[in-house]
Amino acid sequence: MKNEIKISCKNIWKLYGENPQRFLKTKNNNPSTDDLKNNNYIPAVRDASIDVLTGEILVIMGLSGSGKSTLLRCMSKLIEPTNGQVFFEGNDLLKTSEKELIDIRRHKMGMVFQHFALLPHRNVLQNVAFPLEVQGQDISKREERAKEVIKLVGLEGREKYYPRELSGGQQQRVGLARSLAVEPDVWFLDEPFSALDPLIRKEMQNEFLRLQSMLKKTIVFITHDFDEAIRLADRIAIMYEGLIVQVGTAEELITKPATDYVAEFTKDIPRSKLLQASSIMNIKKIDNPEGTVKHNEKIEKIASKILKSEKEFTVLDEKDQAIGTISKKEIIKALFSEN
Amino acid sequence: MRKFLKSNFLFIFGPFIFLWSLRYLIPNYTIASKEPHWLYIPPKSCLGGCGTIEGLIPFVDWTNNLIQFLRRYEIFGLFTFRDFTRALANYVDVLLEFTEALLHKGFVGLGTGPLPWIIILTLAIILGLYLKGWRLAMLGGGCFLYLILFSKRGIWELSMKTLAAISVSAPLAALIGLMLGILAAKRKWFHDFLWPLLNILQSLPHFSYLILVVIFFGIGTKAGVIATIIFAFPPMARLTILGIKNISSEIKEAGVMAGCNKWQMLFKVEIPSARSPIMLGINQVIMQCLAMVVIAAFIGQPGLGHDLLVRLQGLRLGEAFEIGVAVVLIAITLDRYSQALAVKEPVRREGSIFQKYPFAISTLTAIVICTILVNIFPFFNEFPKDMTISASVYLDNAIKSFTRSLFVPLGIFRDWMLIYFLMPLKATFQSLPWTGVMLLVGAIGWKLGRWKICVTVMLFVFFIASSGYWVRAMITVYMVFASLLICSMIGIPLGIWASKKENRSKLVLNICDVFQTFPSFIYLLPAIMLFQISDVSAIFAIVIYSSIPMIRYTIFGLRSVPQHIIEAAITSGCTQRQLLWKVRMPLAFPEIILGANQTLMFSLFMVMIAGFIGTVDLSQEIFRALSFSDGGKGLIIGLCVAFIGLTADRLLVEWSKQMKLKLGFKN
Repeated sequence: MKNEIKISCKNIWKLYGENPQRFLKTKNNNPSTDDLKNNNYIPAVRDASIDVLTGEILVIMGLSGSGKSTLLRCMSKLIEPTNGQVFFEGNDLLKTSEKELIDIRRHKMGMVFQHFALLPHRNVLQNVAFPLEVQGQDISKREERAKEVIKLVGLEGREKYYPRELSGGQQQRVGLARSLAVEPDVWFLDEPFSALDPLIRKEMQNEFLRLQSMLKKTIVFITHDFDEAIRLADRIAIMYEGLIVQVGTAEELITKPATDYVAEFTKDIPRSKLLQASSIMNIKKIDNPEGTVKHNEKIEKIASKILKSEKEFTVLDEKDQAIGTISKKEIIKALFSEN
Repeated sequence: MRKFLKSNFLFIFGPFIFLWSLRYLIPNYTIASKEPHWLYIPPKSCLGGCGTIEGLIPFVDWTNNLIQFLRRYEIFGLFTFRDFTRALANYVDVLLEFTEALLHKGFVGLGTGPLPWIIILTLAIILGLYLKGWRLAMLGGGCFLYLILFSKRGIWELSMKTLAAISVSAPLAALIGLMLGILAAKRKWFHDFLWPLLNILQSLPHFSYLILVVIFFGIGTKAGVIATIIFAFPPMARLTILGIKNISSEIKEAGVMAGCNKWQMLFKVEIPSARSPIMLGINQVIMQCLAMVVIAAFIGQPGLGHDLLVRLQGLRLGEAFEIGVAVVLIAITLDRYSQALAVKEPVRREGSIFQKYPFAISTLTAIVICTILVNIFPFFNEFPKDMTISASVYLDNAIKSFTRSLFVPLGIFRDWMLIYFLMPLKATFQSLPWTGVMLLVGAIGWKLGRWKICVTVMLFVFFIASSGYWVRAMITVYMVFASLLICSMIGIPLGIWASKKENRSKLVLNICDVFQTFPSFIYLLPAIMLFQISDVSAIFAIVIYSSIPMIRYTIFGLRSVPQHIIEAAITSGCTQRQLLWKVRMPLAFPEIILGANQTLMFSLFMVMIAGFIGTVDLSQEIFRALSFSDGGKGLIIGLCVAFIGLTADRLLVEWSKQMKLKLGFKN
């Protein structure tokens, strides 16, 4: 299940300029940065290939203008790529007809937007029921389903409110509910929490994790906030000027950055949040430890109790077998050394 | 000296000064001579009476031939274009019959009378409460009470006739505007076709196409309604286009991702999201319809406008004043109601059926109670005539004694204005050679936008010159220019004064709002009262009407100077005066230029209406064309007026835009 490919992007290009398709062809589908600059083309996405696996949270991150939103919109064909292929469950999206595409969007995709994109003239219930209404479901059925989802995101009792009467966080809950109403397989989230205050953002991230633990969707999540990426992602793809620079888990990005850019990007990330006990432990085993820690516990969580003690701790694996030890020394080394 | 030779000044004015100085070398430059030199006055122009004038290019003849063709030629040998338009007019007539029966004729077939006044009054009050609150309801109620009480000379019936016409023309105009706007927002080629057409339609004086309406649609209420629709739909189309284009891309994407097809997208996402601009468009449509109330009377639409016109022509100012107040009250009421509709947000109501639908239920109750009242007491059905009042006699006397006591000082002022300001200005404008004006305008256009603007404005001027009405057009330009000068002298200082304090600017802007709702013909009333029939009274009417944008934009420009810049200036040690002249005015200047542009458009519009009190510019020719039913002439002169406006508009808007760019303001 885990390794099944849900969406596959192959060599996606998105250029802005005059007749970009012909330009790409003359350059053998691989123009250099100088080619683009000299011919006045603005590249939004360059030669991006990436697979989204069933059930994973893939976070695409980068600074503004790095092409992450454009790539996301290519996956749902909100934007037509200049060149390349997008496979959704094995079907080439760029070759499907408008009608089939509408059908896919109606049943298999849900999307959440940075500025919520709620329809101002509809109340919460009508907003959430909107995708179902568009499908042609009758009113009692769709409102029943909408109420379920509203309950799921914790907005019970606010069904009759209009978007302008809700706070930003609540509005985005409506956005989440709307995108989930059709029970989509794939969930696209375009910087869903960027417009919110830091405290609310944290709360919404927890909410998101809670929902995902119940729903197990395939998720593509866009953000420019590395902290957010680390908290949520199974895998992270970093984009820079339209290129996908590196794809990997958060730990991989920090321990083995592919380029200087990635290294620079991840430099200020508190390692304590990322590294887990097993990756910094000593493999020797001792007899009377101060206590035990799990192999996958993050340093952040265990640091204080280890630092308080002069003795060593045993690290246990899934089967509660001792696999190594960890002490003050390892923690300090992991946190403060340069690589 | 060398610097001067290279300066903008010489580039722009050089050729013009050269041509102007030619007058001392070339004989026959003035319009007084029988055959003025072609460099000064375009050949074949009308100099005095413009009975049958050819013009350098016979546009008028061409247009008239086209009109004849449309009247005579049978499409597929079946019907002519005119048959088609007249058929359309008959459909409008069907709608009109219904609204007229409802409001003032009564349904003869059913044996019921028109809606009793008590129902109309109550509904107006409930609608006001629903839209905004008791203040709006009081305005609406007060308006209809006035119409009822002051109905001695039939103001109620006249108002109902006017409202019957508006309640057909406004919805139709809104619908047409909406549909064209949607099409233009969706199809680029249609947008490119529609947008310039809207520009011309909106700057064309009403009278010029009134003639065409008469030719193709006949006369009477239905023709008035159709003329009103043609006049009222452009702002609706424009606002619909802007509204749909400005919907945030996220909202549209949300619609696509929900799986909307094209129609669902339009009706469930785009139109509701563009609700506010569209509603504002409806407000504009209603205001335009009211502006047409008097003008449509020229082609025989009965109602308040017609009676106002008759009273004005008979100089029965007291009665005219009473009707004028009715028109203004209706205008303000409809304006405020539709504005309230535009900003109205859906309200959450939960609970019992009474809490959920309070207005629907109170409306029903009110109708039931009123119907019972009407059936028991005839008083509520038709307001008894002997209880109505009229203040026209007192008003007449008051106006007479007022003008009599001011006769001497006003007369002195008027003559002084004429002799020392208006006449010299007029003479200057009339002595401008058309070739020079064209070069001047072209040079400014070149400075601002190279070929594109240069060629456009020169073509505009050339059209006016070659149409044969150059001399008349220059009189129009003179009137507009004189008004612009006076408006700036009044508007800019007033704007500066008002912008100093928040509550002052609010007050002034509110007064501006009220004045702007007045239908333009109303402004002729005080003008005639004070200055009788002369250029001064025309300019007086123009100035009151068109100072409004000048004041408004000045206040807006001065108040939108960023706070941090003002703070920086104050901490640098500016005095109030320095702050105004060194910081706020320069930053507000682009906005003031836009105000001047609007003022110019307003005065151009008002000059045409002032033709009614006998100025000798293009408007007089349009009125003449109207009485001779000369469609081609009316349209071509109308285009001349439109091109005067568009020339100024192009140059001023571009200038303001470039200044804003230089100052680093976005947009």
